Amino acid sequence: MIDRSGTPLVELRDMQKSFGGIHAVNHVSIDLYPGEVVGVLGHNGAGKSVLMKMLSGALPRDGGEIYVNGEKATINSPRDARRYNIETIYQTLALADNLDAAANLFLGRELTTPFGLVDDAQMEAETRKIMGRLNPNFRRYSTPVAGLSGGQRQSVAIARAVYFNAKILIMDEPTAALGVEETRMVSELIDELKNQGIGILLIDHDIHQVKELCDRASVMKNGQLVGTVEVDKVTEDDLLGMIILGKNPAVAA
Amino acid sequence: MTDTTETPRAGHGPQDRTGPPGGSPRLTGLRALEVDGRLLGMIGAFVVICLAFHFASDGRFITPRNLFNLTIQTASVAIMATGMVFIIVMRHIDLSVGSVLATCSAVMAMTQTAWLPALGLELGNPLLAPLAIVTGILAGAAIGALHGWLVGYLAIPAFIVTLGGLLVWRNVAWYLTNGQTIGPLDPTFMQLGGIRGTLGETWSWIVGLIAVALAVWTLWSARRDKVEHDFPVKPLWAEGVVAAIVAVLILGFVAVMNAYEIPERVLAREFRARGLEMPEGLSMGYGVPYSVLLVVLVAIGMTVIARRTRFGRYIYATGGNPDAAELSGIDIRMLTVKVFALLGALCAISAVVASARLANHSNDIGTLDELRVIAAAVIGGTALKGGVGTIYGALLGALIMQSLQSGMAMVGVDAPLQNIVVGAVLVLAVLIDIWYRRSLGVK
Ligand SMILES: Nc1ncnc2c1ncn2[C@@H]1O[C@H](COP(=O)(O)OP(=O)(O)OP(=O)(O)O)[C@@H](O)[C@H]1O
Ligand SMILES: [Mg+2]
Repeated sequence: MIDRSGTPLVELRDMQKSFGGIHAVNHVSIDLYPGEVVGVLGHNGAGKSVLMKMLSGALPRDGGEIYVNGEKATINSPRDARRYNIETIYQTLALADNLDAAANLFLGRELTTPFGLVDDAQMEAETRKIMGRLNPNFRRYSTPVAGLSGGQRQSVAIARAVYFNAKILIMDEPTAALGVEETRMVSELIDELKNQGIGILLIDHDIHQVKELCDRASVMKNGQLVGTVEVDKVTEDDLLGMIILGKNPAVAA
Repeated sequence: MTDTTETPRAGHGPQDRTGPPGGSPRLTGLRALEVDGRLLGMIGAFVVICLAFHFASDGRFITPRNLFNLTIQTASVAIMATGMVFIIVMRHIDLSVGSVLATCSAVMAMTQTAWLPALGLELGNPLLAPLAIVTGILAGAAIGALHGWLVGYLAIPAFIVTLGGLLVWRNVAWYLTNGQTIGPLDPTFMQLGGIRGTLGETWSWIVGLIAVALAVWTLWSARRDKVEHDFPVKPLWAEGVVAAIVAVLILGFVAVMNAYEIPERVLAREFRARGLEMPEGLSMGYGVPYSVLLVVLVAIGMTVIARRTRFGRYIYATGGNPDAAELSGIDIRMLTVKVFALLGALCAISAVVASARLANHSNDIGTLDELRVIAAAVIGGTALKGGVGTIYGALLGALIMQSLQSGMAMVGVDAPLQNIVVGAVLVLAVLIDIWYRRSLGVK
């Protein structure tokens, strides 16, 4: 069981974002504790990705506050978010197709030699180490990632988050492009990271998977938060009801 | 991702099981050399062009004199082409380089003939050339930074910004000089133009040997890095072959430049000017021109930037996927300013070479250079969709363009037909490039 008596790892309070007249995220608050996986659910266009992008610094917010370990955080750019050890695996894979796996993994945080030149050999060695753990079958280190399969690309994106010691990990549909076995690998990885005390926000459309992986689920509909529930206390039908009808089940968290 | 050739589970595919873990299967023969197919193709094209003109001109093309002239004519475009690679890799374009070159040339001509002499530095003062060059480079970098700011921060397409720049800077140059040809320039300055300043035979050999040593050291340290991390390496004989080829090319080039002899009357004039008697039967070669040395240094510097610095890595990453670059915390707007400023500075260096070669600044200097520079980069394999391009490719592209142009002039092709051929070759080169990429299975 997750201990939720202390301060949350991260708290989003009253987050707002609109595009033109559309309220993509409308006064949404959620929180996340160490070692917890919180599912963020909702129909297409509910505002899940926008909410996560405000946390990862990729989108400026119109209103609301972010607290990390109980302290107010200033997050206005992806760089800021990285400083708080917030790592993101984006729905649309954020990889540069023309670069190889190592260059992508270290993009923006290259290892350098004493002369300040990028140290490709060292970066490739580190990449081999982490990939050997996450995806032992990965071999294609010196080709641009454009030539990799969807699953291989996904493992590069995941390796990037894991390598840099994420404390808060945002995963926006991490298994959407994956086959059965890779999906199982990601599930195992999520469990492993959870045991290390990392907090994970997981966006996923697969209710069954959410029931298995998550501790709590926050459901959004049309930019608003429907509610947050402990997944063990509700049925899959309850969750579906929240997503489709925006109706809270009898036992709320 | 829809991927028809590989399933999402390709990590478990049979092709990944061959070879020892972490290593690649042993390669034999040509493949062990790991040479770039495109590079070979371009060198092949260059050789074919040279041979064809050699026969068509009754053996006048592949001579020390002509090859010497070819390299000094290529220098100015080659320097700018290295900067254009970065611009195109970032998915931009710069149509203004010829005009920026003209403005930088005007600034430098006025600095050395009017502005500094007004402060008491006479033509011939050793400080004149360096001061003029620094002023020119600052002007070029500032113009480039302005373009980059308009593109990066104000989001005006580079095509428009530099199309405007094409008109603006050509005519700013006109105002700076009141439309007059400015010359003769400072004698030290003019040494950077080509035939007026060369290393001489001895220094050419010394520089050539240093270059060989550097190349061998680079190959060796790359191999050492790989061995240190237990990565697969080429067989030692393959490394040796590559090193030998590089050494032969460098020293062969020096030999050719040295074989172009200074005409006897020029030598005699030099001796007379120093009040000396010319020894009977003395002959001396020109050696490597300073301008060509400058191209080599720029090319090495730009290659290091492209491959071994964060700045270069970010340029390529942004060209490959601007969103990914931004999400990785890269400041794309500032990067755009820097890349345009770099090209502006290179335009100024090209302006030194071009005006020094002509011995004066004229209004039409650099006219149509934007097209030659873009063509050189594109023929050299820089993809307009961004993310892909090499410095050595741009140099070879510039050389191929120039050899076509001079070769046709040599065999007496009409000027209009020359341009028709060059234009057609540009389109053909890109078509071949598309086929080549497709054959590699790259989109
Ligand atoms: N950059 C943008 N500009 C304008 N509108 C946007 C932008 N990004 C998102 N939106 C809008 O905000 C709303 C929420 O989008 P969001 O991407 O958060 O949906 P989502 O819940 O992640 O959906 P999905 O499950 O399909 O990924 C949508 O109506 C979308 O059209
Ligand atoms: Mg989404």
